[in-house]
Amino acid sequence: MSKREVSFTVNGAAHTVLVYPMERLLDVLRCELGLTGTKEGCGEGECGSCSVLMNGELVNSCLVPVLQAEGATIGTIEGLAGASGLHPVQQAFLKCGGAQCGICTPGMVMATVHLLGHTPAPTMEQVREGLGGNLCRCTGYTRIFDAVLEAAGRQK
Amino acid sequence: MRARPSEYELVAPGSLPAVLALLAGEPGSWMPIAGGTELMVQYGAGKLGARKLVSLWGLPELRSIESTGEEVLIGAGCTYTDLRNDAVVAREFPLLGRAASWTGSIANQNRGTLGGNIVNGSPAADSLPALMVYEAELLLASVRGTRRVAYVEFHTGYKQTRLAPDEIIRAIALRPQFAAYHAYSRKVGTRNAQAIAKLCLAGLAKTSGNQIEDVRLAIGSMAVTPVRLRRTEEILLGRPWGGALISEARQALETEVAPIDDIRSSALYRLHVAGNLLQEFLEGLFA
Amino acid sequence: MQTRVVGVSVPRKEGVAKLTGQARYIDDLSLPGMIFGATVRSSIARGAIEDIKFGEGIPWHEFTIVTAKDIPGRNVVALIVDDQPCLADGMVNHPEEPILLLAHPDRHALPAAVAAVEICYKPAPSIHSIEESERRELIIWGKDNMFKSYRMEKGDVDNAWKNAAWIVEGEYSTGAQEQLYIEPNGVIAQAGPTGGLTVWGSMQCPFYVHKALVALTGLPPESVRVIQAETGGAFGGKEEYPSMLAGHASLLAMKSGRPVKMIYDRMEDMAATTKRHPSRTRHRTAVSADGKLLAAEIDFATDGGAYATLSSTVLSRGTIHAGGPYLWPNIRVHAKAYATNTPPHGAFRGFGAPQSLFALERHMDVVAKAIGMAPDEFRRRNLLHQGMATATNQIIHDEIVLDQMLERALELTGYHAKVNQFAEHNLTSTHKKGIGMAAFLHGAGFTGSGERYLNALVGVEATAAGGVRVLVSSTEYGQGTNTILCQIAAETLGLEYDDISMAPVDTSTSPNSGPTVASRTAMIIGKIVQTAAMKMRQTLLDSGLLEPSAGREQFLAACQAYRKQFGELQSFSRYEAAPNIFWNDELYSGEAYGAYAWAVYVAEVTVDTSTYSVTIDDFVALQEIGKVIHPILAAGQIEGGVAQGIGYALYEKVVWKDGRMINNQMTNYIMPTAEDLPPIRVFFEEVPYQHGAYGAKGIGELPMDGPAPAIINAVVQATGINFTSIPLLPEDIFRAMTAEPERPAESLESALAAEGSQ
Repeated sequence: MSKREVSFTVNGAAHTVLVYPMERLLDVLRCELGLTGTKEGCGEGECGSCSVLMNGELVNSCLVPVLQAEGATIGTIEGLAGASGLHPVQQAFLKCGGAQCGICTPGMVMATVHLLGHTPAPTMEQVREGLGGNLCRCTGYTRIFDAVLEAAGRQK
Repeated sequence: MRARPSEYELVAPGSLPAVLALLAGEPGSWMPIAGGTELMVQYGAGKLGARKLVSLWGLPELRSIESTGEEVLIGAGCTYTDLRNDAVVAREFPLLGRAASWTGSIANQNRGTLGGNIVNGSPAADSLPALMVYEAELLLASVRGTRRVAYVEFHTGYKQTRLAPDEIIRAIALRPQFAAYHAYSRKVGTRNAQAIAKLCLAGLAKTSGNQIEDVRLAIGSMAVTPVRLRRTEEILLGRPWGGALISEARQALETEVAPIDDIRSSALYRLHVAGNLLQEFLEGLFA
Repeated sequence: MQTRVVGVSVPRKEGVAKLTGQARYIDDLSLPGMIFGATVRSSIARGAIEDIKFGEGIPWHEFTIVTAKDIPGRNVVALIVDDQPCLADGMVNHPEEPILLLAHPDRHALPAAVAAVEICYKPAPSIHSIEESERRELIIWGKDNMFKSYRMEKGDVDNAWKNAAWIVEGEYSTGAQEQLYIEPNGVIAQAGPTGGLTVWGSMQCPFYVHKALVALTGLPPESVRVIQAETGGAFGGKEEYPSMLAGHASLLAMKSGRPVKMIYDRMEDMAATTKRHPSRTRHRTAVSADGKLLAAEIDFATDGGAYATLSSTVLSRGTIHAGGPYLWPNIRVHAKAYATNTPPHGAFRGFGAPQSLFALERHMDVVAKAIGMAPDEFRRRNLLHQGMATATNQIIHDEIVLDQMLERALELTGYHAKVNQFAEHNLTSTHKKGIGMAAFLHGAGFTGSGERYLNALVGVEATAAGGVRVLVSSTEYGQGTNTILCQIAAETLGLEYDDISMAPVDTSTSPNSGPTVASRTAMIIGKIVQTAAMKMRQTLLDSGLLEPSAGREQFLAACQAYRKQFGELQSFSRYEAAPNIFWNDELYSGEAYGAYAWAVYVAEVTVDTSTYSVTIDDFVALQEIGKVIHPILAAGQIEGGVAQGIGYALYEKVVWKDGRMINNQMTNYIMPTAEDLPPIRVFFEEVPYQHGAYGAKGIGELPMDGPAPAIINAVVQATGINFTSIPLLPEDIFRAMTAEPERPAESLESALAAEGSQ
């Protein structure tokens, strides 16, 4: 099979990559574009470590064939912090102890950004549901929930 | 990641007619892939048999929800998130929206499609019992035109369907006629989120006095396909409410299903809990 | 003692890097010319390898192929007993045992190649349970299938039974548990042109890996260099296993002449690497008329898998903790670790204690019920107090606040009111409620003379950039090593937290402070950081470059002046054992640990009798840990450990088939999600341990010991059924609750063997 060109934007920058259409978006981000912030924890869409935003929607990039990202606007962890510093969600995670080993953190932060983008003042139940697809083995989720609610509070 | 990307072809013709033409030109050669939440898992595990795939993702013809008055047509490319967000689905077919909220995670709901769930045909799929009780019809499209198949007749065996090699599901048709019905569904999984169902029961019933006037029951993960529980429904129709009726209904349920022991659960557990859910549904009708 | 940096929740040292996606884990790293490795593994549990065939359709000439014959040194994964081969040579003893290694420049070419290697076996009979192993009808390891045994004894057990008002027996079992760090195992190995070897990897113990590589390659120690990469969770699962993986990548790197990266995918990691030892514990307990423990006879057995690896030390810790936080006038523990034809079991947070403490704390409730006493009162009558001796005859000189914690736990949970409320509620409701407790302890540091043997070395140095760096081999993998050691150094030197950094963990430059295990980092390594820092301060004072009353600026200036004059400023300090610590390895008696943390946990549950599933409605965790160095990190350790304990109790079942884990995917090995866990309420007490850093005791493993027994005790109260085994799944509850009356095996009454005469 032959490679083909696929174009999309990542964190506001336009990219055209020459790839096999069935390469996973996860691998294209990590290997072609060197954006290693998005992680592989399971390869089966269960752990959420590979979560990115695709056209504003949270998706597991290990389950997206890169061809289906043609023309898409993609947001990864590397795109969150701005010139003026950390994104409010990142700040909240730092303050509240929402990251321990950090491997689930990029996905968890993207899921939080997605949740707060859709539901700016979530209830605890909505927080749990919003993050239900992101597995964390270190924290027991307690301080992650604190961070989400902290970020929600500060966004108001 | 156990698949070799260079061995796979994936094309995105970009319109439904183009997709159908491709399927007609080489029937059985191209496997349609929508959101990929099932096929990409197989792919990652090195277990995807198909080598040529055609993308249905984003086809506008497949991703709409239209009301014609008589029926609601849900495009097969609608994601679970689309179902959850749609006001008509929420009002007329609440069990479908509920099933969508149970499926996978938010990230998987943003990509998984109703059509994909149906075609994959896992008996454990959350939305299938709801489709059965709502007596859905499937619109199957090919270059030869569009035909309708009652959903309840669509599955012919474990992960086998009536879909012809050159067809895709275009839409799911539901008639909004259940406003007066009690609606019930419950999924029993291995945990509260991201769980494949051990069993899943959906029920609709219309009562009159202390009798059930109409009832539809469907159950998942209890046989090689989701099952419409017709014998159980027959037992329940027009009979006076009481403990004996529950008992008979539970017994009838047991004759209509064939649960197995598998990696997630046991046959005996499934059977017993299915009866409990049925009882919970029935008791809820007359509470 | 008032502290300024210690005791404050400062930002995680590497937090920003982790939050911005800049932290580099092993799969994020690449070297020029790097190729990829994969492992061909046994598909049978035991047997001889008769032939290896390389199938058609693969361009084998493109691959580097390594077998046991390529091993330049010894074919072992050096650890304790050295019985485990790095690559199977002629014989396999467990499914997934590594036989052959492949490497290729294209990562995607490997799975098909692995599948195309055909191993022809002559299968031999295999063993898959503790019971089969101890029957010894088939010997699969050594002379008697037993990796290790201990006999721990205090007092005169045999003569105690006659004084008992009650004698109560019980048998308890725990299943395997997968560590399930979200980052799978991975390494990169590079062989240098002049015979050196460098390995980067996700790991807890770089010096363990170093030792194993030296044995495997025969290289001189100074030629082997091991560097820890940012590590995405470990929990013990990366204590010993990385030595195996590093060995494999190294062999491929040496043979191919290229750097080799090996990353396990989730399925391989779950099937092939270590898990928590399954266990079986039998209790026989003598109790006096007034509810005091008189004697215990405990039989504690673990399943170690096919090779010895760490089974002896896991067994040791499980043995020492088998008596829990109680005063036993007489106690005897027979402990054995058995071989089975399963991938070897290994380190997992708690390391034997969660197993033996589950049994003990379940049994305490069983005994309480048998003698007609409330579970809290029975425990209250038997808790250890200051000045009393543990099961190993160790006198606890420090204050023990278990009584106060017990009272506080009862208060925080409304325990007694709930017991009555639930009893009434359960009469009519289909949702049965229960509340259960566990009291327990966890010893920090290596057992007995282990810390003396490790002889940890720690350094601090002034950097060219103007700050101070901590030099240790202690690794960060989420638990907060970097943060707390910097806090301790800052506190001791009168500096700010931001003045301190951690040197990268690299065996060529880091002093060997021992492995990052056994809850030793805060208590023991933290203390040595403290003493090294004090030495540095003393060096500056002695040099005349620092005045005793100097503040932060002058201190930092003095460091620079010293460096200018002498080139560098480095101070090292070694572990110093507390005085009067005696441990007798023969008798298994004496001071087992420098300090214990103590805890009381309470769980409130609802059992839905239509689906038989258990929901935890409230969880309270109280512990006394010496000194809370960082409140958020400490609470985070407890919350994370409790979550793993909940998984251990209710969700995480390893499904075995002929010695192989068949539910080796995240979709069917069930760990709790954000929607499954209750709020976890955490409370700390502090009784400073004088030999720990700023009074700190170990904390990392403690929270693993309490949740399972507390939860199952609650489920027992809710259902009235004597559950004795974990994981306890809805299917198990269903089976027990719908059991036929003629099979009273699950009823509480039958758990009692006999009532002794008075």
